[in-house]
Amino acid sequence: MTEKFSITADPLDANAIAEGLSTSEDGAVVVFSGIVRAHNKGRKVLHLEYEAYEAMVFPVLERVAKDVSRRFGVERLRIHHRIGRVDIGESSVLVAAASPHRGTAFEAARHTMNEIKRIVPIWKREFFEGGDVWVEGPKEPVTA
Amino acid sequence: MTGSGAVTVLLFAAAREAAGRGRLEVPHREGLTAAEVWKDLESERPALAPLAGSVSVAVNHRFVPRDTVLAAGDELAFLPPVSGG
Repeated sequence: MTEKFSITADPLDANAIAEGLSTSEDGAVVVFSGIVRAHNKGRKVLHLEYEAYEAMVFPVLERVAKDVSRRFGVERLRIHHRIGRVDIGESSVLVAAASPHRGTAFEAARHTMNEIKRIVPIWKREFFEGGDVWVEGPKEPVTA
Repeated sequence: MTGSGAVTVLLFAAAREAAGRGRLEVPHREGLTAAEVWKDLESERPALAPLAGSVSVAVNHRFVPRDTVLAAGDELAFLPPVSGG
């Protein structure tokens, strides 16, 4: 049984996340895989390391799923995120969304990723040739 | 330990490194706010100062405004801008 949400140090499987997600009413399953690329801002990236506030990640993911349900009517959504070291080419995040129509499945997956980058308490540290740095998302504090 | 008279403070990522630790306890007092806890931390650990404008505050795993009044036993977290995905 594939979990709805997971935070794991193990490799993510883009094929497995959608298993059993769609129903006979669905016409579309979108799976998004975010992978670690070798260059960022002119730097040669060696690998990334992710840190999570795990006790808060799950309530925030529930909030994201509720928002996706309200906006798009998409109820079948899964989100899996890596923590710890992730190498170039590996998947750091997977989102799967199933819906009767492709438009809402695409939009639900896109919105989910935007919300992950905005409010889910996970941070990445980029290790590049010559140093390392915490990557920071939107600087505007979240207050609600 | 989390006694009835304390607030647990968690710091993550750049804030954890700037503070030199990820977890501490501060004594609770009536009317204590998250912003006051941050100010105290910042005065002890000036490396936190550059983060002041961008940290989000969470109490018991929910985002809250900085002027939120804390209760004894609360888990207060200071979160630098997130960068998952």
